[in-house]
Amino acid sequence: MTATLTFTVNGSECRVDVAPQRRLSRVLREDLGLTGTKVGCDAGDCGACTVLLDGAQVCACLVPAGQAEGGEVVTVEGLADRDGTHSALQRAFARHGAAQCGICTPGMLMAAHDLLRRNPQPGRAAVEDALGGVLCRCTGYLKIVEAVLDVASNAPDTEAPAPGTAVGARVARLDGVGKLDGRDLYGDDTTPADALWLRVLRSPHALADFAFGDVDAWAAAVPGVVAVLTARDVPGHNSFGIYPTLKDQPVFAEGFVRYRGEAVAAVIVETRAAFEALDLSGFPVDWSPREAVVGVEAALKEGALRLHEASPGNVLIRGRVASGDVDAAMAGADAVVEAAMQTGFVEHSYIEPEAGWARRAGDRVELRVTTQTPYMDRDEVAHVLGIAQEAVRVTPSVVGGGFGGKLDQSIQLPLAVATWKLGRPVATLYHRPESFAATTKRHPARMTASLGVTRDGAITGFRFHGDFDTGAYASWGPTVAGRVPVHAPGPYRVGAVLASSAAVYTDGPPAGAFRGFGVPQAAIIGERLMDEAAGRIGMDPLEFRLLNALRAGDPTATGQVIEASVGLAACIEALKPAWARYGEQVAAHNAKAGRTRLGAGIGCMWYGCGNTSMSNPSIMRLALKPDGRLTLFNGAVDIGQGSYTIMAQIAADALGAPLSLVDQVWGDTDLTPDAGKTSASRQTFVSGRASELAGRDLRARILRLANAGEDAELTFDGGRIVVRDAAGLRDLDLSVLPVDGDGHLLVGEGTFDPPTAPLDADGQGTPYATYAFAAQIALVEVDPELGTTKVLHMTAAHDVGWAVNPTLVEGQIHGGIAQGLGLALMEEYVPGRTENLHDYLIPTVGDMPQIDCILIEDPEPLGPFGAKGIGEPALVPTAPAILAGIRQAVGVCPDKVPVLPHRLRAAIRAAQTREAAE
Amino acid sequence: MSRYLRPRDLDEALRTLADGGWTVLAGGTDHYPARVTHDTGEDILDVTALDALQGIGRTGAGLRIGAAATWRSVIDAELPAACDGLKAAAREIGGAQIQNRGTVGGNLCNASPAADGVPALLSLDAEVELVSAGGTRRLPLDRFVLGNRKTALEPGELLAAVHLPEAALDGAGRFLKLGARRYLVISIVMVAGTMRLAADGTIAGTRLAVGACTAAALRLGALETALVGLSPKEAADRLDDGHLAALAPIADVRGDAPYRMDTARTLVRRCLADLAEAA
Repeated sequence: MTATLTFTVNGSECRVDVAPQRRLSRVLREDLGLTGTKVGCDAGDCGACTVLLDGAQVCACLVPAGQAEGGEVVTVEGLADRDGTHSALQRAFARHGAAQCGICTPGMLMAAHDLLRRNPQPGRAAVEDALGGVLCRCTGYLKIVEAVLDVASNAPDTEAPAPGTAVGARVARLDGVGKLDGRDLYGDDTTPADALWLRVLRSPHALADFAFGDVDAWAAAVPGVVAVLTARDVPGHNSFGIYPTLKDQPVFAEGFVRYRGEAVAAVIVETRAAFEALDLSGFPVDWSPREAVVGVEAALKEGALRLHEASPGNVLIRGRVASGDVDAAMAGADAVVEAAMQTGFVEHSYIEPEAGWARRAGDRVELRVTTQTPYMDRDEVAHVLGIAQEAVRVTPSVVGGGFGGKLDQSIQLPLAVATWKLGRPVATLYHRPESFAATTKRHPARMTASLGVTRDGAITGFRFHGDFDTGAYASWGPTVAGRVPVHAPGPYRVGAVLASSAAVYTDGPPAGAFRGFGVPQAAIIGERLMDEAAGRIGMDPLEFRLLNALRAGDPTATGQVIEASVGLAACIEALKPAWARYGEQVAAHNAKAGRTRLGAGIGCMWYGCGNTSMSNPSIMRLALKPDGRLTLFNGAVDIGQGSYTIMAQIAADALGAPLSLVDQVWGDTDLTPDAGKTSASRQTFVSGRASELAGRDLRARILRLANAGEDAELTFDGGRIVVRDAAGLRDLDLSVLPVDGDGHLLVGEGTFDPPTAPLDADGQGTPYATYAFAAQIALVEVDPELGTTKVLHMTAAHDVGWAVNPTLVEGQIHGGIAQGLGLALMEEYVPGRTENLHDYLIPTVGDMPQIDCILIEDPEPLGPFGAKGIGEPALVPTAPAILAGIRQAVGVCPDKVPVLPHRLRAAIRAAQTREAAE
Repeated sequence: MSRYLRPRDLDEALRTLADGGWTVLAGGTDHYPARVTHDTGEDILDVTALDALQGIGRTGAGLRIGAAATWRSVIDAELPAACDGLKAAAREIGGAQIQNRGTVGGNLCNASPAADGVPALLSLDAEVELVSAGGTRRLPLDRFVLGNRKTALEPGELLAAVHLPEAALDGAGRFLKLGARRYLVISIVMVAGTMRLAADGTIAGTRLAVGACTAAALRLGALETALVGLSPKEAADRLDDGHLAALAPIADVRGDAPYRMDTARTLVRRCLADLAEAA
C-alpha cells in the first residue's frame, strides 16, 4: 500500500507516494534523492542517518515515513544557506578538521544542530550528550566536539597558505566541502536507476558441505528475481587473494564453506525495492554442517582437519627474525620476565558498509565501489573474469572509512561477474550484519614472550612467538606473519632476538589488513614485558624505555642500521611533564577512599612505512594547463585520512605554486597512474614523495621552457607564469604554448619506490626504508568492584618526520587512539554473536579521553619535505598504555584482550582470593 | 501489499486490532532494528497518533504516563523526586535520537530482559492499563512483563498507559546502569530503587528492582521487607546474598553469570547508599 505523504523537507513542501511504513531514511535518499543522509546500520546503532523531525534529532532509519506526515524534516542539505554558503556549524567543522571520511558527518552535524538550536553555547557535557548517538570511526570525536564548542565564536575560515608554505600549514581539507553539505557521493549514492540489484547468499555455518536444491523453481517463485549466479557462472578463475600465489578464496564456494558468512551464490533482482524485500531464508540449499575448527589451538592440534590442501598442519606461513644467541642472552640477564596473552577478532566497523555498482561497456567492465585499492580491484576483477587488466576500470566512490577492511575484495567480484553475464548495470549494498560476517577482521593473536634485563637496565634478549588466526582464507595473513617478527622486539636496543610468527588457517572469518598488520597485538605483550622488566629492576617505566630507545645509527634485530629520523627518545622526553602530572594525580586520588582507582601507563612503538621488503612504488603526475591551473593525477585513495589534501600541499610546494591552483583527478584506474594501496602508512611517505618529485619535475620543465636557472622563482598569474632569476624576468604566456592530446602544456611525473632489501631466513635485511616512532601515556580510572575502565587523559608524542598538515596528523592520532581504546577495552567480534553495532561495541564520544598531541619532527631524508606515515602508528601504542594504566590502578590486568568488564573483575577477584590465601 | 494505518481514534485502532494479524508500531526503535536484513510485508498499526496514548500527567490516584509518551517527554516532564531514577533510565535508553522517538509503552511491550525502563518502573510500583475492544484491564507491571520478549498482552489488546500510584511517588529514586561504554549501550546489569523515610528518619519503604539478571526484571521483595525500620545508613550493609537468590543471570557477550551476580550485588548496595543520601 502506498499513500501520498506531505511534509516539508528543508523548508520546501514535498509530496511523495510511498509505503508509509518505509523508513524515512530510504524515502529521503531514494525517493527524494537527498543522499546526504547516510545509512550505516538500519538499526539506530550508528546515528549516521540523523535528521531533525519536527525540531528534534531522530534516526531516519527508525522512523516510518508515515510519522513524518504533516511534519518538518531538516537534513544536512538544509544546513547551508540557499546560495550554498555554509552555516557557522559547517564552517566550524571545516576549521577544526572535524570530518575525516565524512560518512558520519551529516549525522554529527544534525545532532549538533539540534543541540545548538536549544543551547547556542553548550558546555562539553551537553555536547557529548547530544552527539552520543552518532558513531564515528575516524576522528576519535575530539575535533568534532571542539568544533561544536567553537561554533559561537564564528571565527574566520582557515586562511589559504602563501605559495611555498602549504607544507606544514593547517590547511582545511580540500575535499571537505562535500562532506559538510551532503554532496559527497559514497558507494550507495550514485547507483543508476536502471541497475539490477544483487544480494549474496552466505553460509550460516563455519564449516559445512552444501548442495543446491531446485534453484530455478525458487527463482521463479520469488518476485523480481532475474538470475541466480553460482561458481559455474564465473567466467575466468573462481579464486582471489592478495598474493598472486595464494588466491585461495572462491568468489562463490563450490560445495564446501570454511566460514560463517562465506559467499555461495548471488541472487540478482530487478529493482532496489525487490532487493530491499528479498528474503533469502527459503533459498534451496542443503547444508551439512561439520564441527568447525575454531581458533588456532584447534587448528594446530595433531590430526586437525586440513582446511587447505596446500597447508599441512593448517599453517599458512611463518615469519622469523633471529639475531644473536637469545639463550645466552637470557642466561646472562639479571631478571627474565615472561607473559602469555591473547587478542580477539576486531572488526573495522567503518560506518559506510560495502556498496557500489558495476556495468559492462562492450568488452570492458567498469566499477564504482568503495575501496582502498582501485588497482588491486582492477587486477582481481580481470583475473576472475578472465579478461585483460586494461579492460577493467575502477573508480572509487568517496570512501566512508576503510582502516584496511576495504583492501580486500567484497562486492567487486560478484558485481563484476553479474554485470559481465547479464550485460546490465548491477548494484549492491551490504547490510550491517552482512558487512560484519562477510568481510575481513584483525587477526586474533595467541602470543608468548620473554625479555631479559640486567640490573642496570640493558635488555639482553627478547623472545616472542605469536600464532595469528588468519581465518578461512589467506588474505593479508602473510603480511601480518612477516611484519610481526620485525616489530615484536619494539623500538629498543635489544641484545639478542628470536621472534617468530605463524599465520594459521581456521574456520574464522578471513583475517586481513587492519591498521597495523599484527603490530598492535604484538605491542600489547612486548610493552607489558617492558613494564614488568622495569618493575623488576626498580626503574620507572618511562625512564626504562628512554634508556633503551633506538637512536639514529643503532642496528635493529634485522641488522638494519636506521641512519636518520629516529625520534623515539624525543617523543619519550616530551612526555615527561605529563607523566609526572599523571603520577601526582594517581597518588593523590588513590590516597583517598573512593569507588575508583587511578593508574598511569605508557606504550611505545615503531612502525615501518610501506610494504615489508617488497617493491611498492607510487607514481604521481602534475599537469599544467593553458589557463595556468594545475591538475594533480592522484591515485592515492583518500579514505578519510587526508591524502587528497596533503598530496596537493606537497606538489604545490615542490613546484612553488599556490595550493589554490591545484585541481585533482582522483583514483581512476583509467586516468591516474598507480599510486599503490592506501595501506601500511605508506601514502604520505611513498606517494607524498612521488608528488614532491612530480612537482619538482614540472618545475624543471617550466624552467627549461623559460631557459631559467635552478634557483628561479615562479609566480603564477592566471594564464602567465613569471620566471625570475639572476638573469632577469621572463614572462611565459601559457595561452600561446602547444598542448598535448590531453590538453596539457607540460606534465611533471614522479615515481618513488622506497628502497628495501629482502629478509633472509633469519629475517636479516632491510624491511623498510623508514620507521615512524611514538610514545603515548594514558591516565585511566578503574572501578574495581565493577571492572569498568574509563580512560581520562592521554598524551601522545609522535615522530612524524615532518607534519605536512598538523590538523590532519592530530586527527589521525585521535582516531588511532579511539581504535586502540576499542581494541583494549571493548571490541571483540564473535561470529554469529556480535554481528551488529550494538553487540559489537566501538567507542562513543563519551568514551574518549582528553588527548594532548605532541608532534616530534625528526625529518626523514627520503620523505617528502621530511615526512613519514602516521595512520597506523597512531593506534599501536594506545592499548599497551591503557592496559599498563589498569595494571597500575588495580594491580592486575587480564591476559585476554579486550579487557571487558567481566574479565577485569574476574582478574581482580582472583587476585583477592590469592591474597586472602597467602 | 501490506497495509499501514495510523488512526487518531482509539476505537478505530482497537477495532482494527481485533481483526488480528496487525503488528503494532510506536517509536520504531525496536521494530526496525529487528528487520535489518530485509523488509517484511507486515500490516502495520501505528499507534503514535492515538490521542488516548499520549501525555504524562497527574490523575487523582497518581501519575499516568501515556504508552506513546517518548522517553524524551519523561526526561522533560516535571516529576516528583521519586521519579529521578525513571528519568535517569530514560537518559540511558539509546542516544538522544532513540529517546526522542522510543516510547515507554514500546519499551515494556518489547520485553527485553535488558529494557532500562522496566526496573525503573517496577521501583515505582507501576501498573499497566490494557485496552481492547472488549474493555480495559489493569495489571501490575511484574505480571505484564513475563519473560524474554514475553508479555501478558492478549491478542487485540493495546497497552494504553502506565500508572504510578500516589504512594510510590513519595521519597527518592535512583537508577544505576552498568554497560561497557558510555552511550548507546545495552545494560549488563541495572538496578532501580526508591526509598521513603518515616517521620523518625527510619526507612518506611524501599522498592528495588534488578534488570538483566532474570528473563524479566525482578523486585527484591525480601530485601525491601528487611530494610523497613532501619536507618538509611544501615541499608547497604543489610544486603546479603539471600536477598539476591532469585536472580538467575545468563552468560552472553556482555558478561558471564558470576559477573552479573557480583555486580548486581554491588549496584544494589550502591543504589541503597545513594538513596540513603537522597532520601
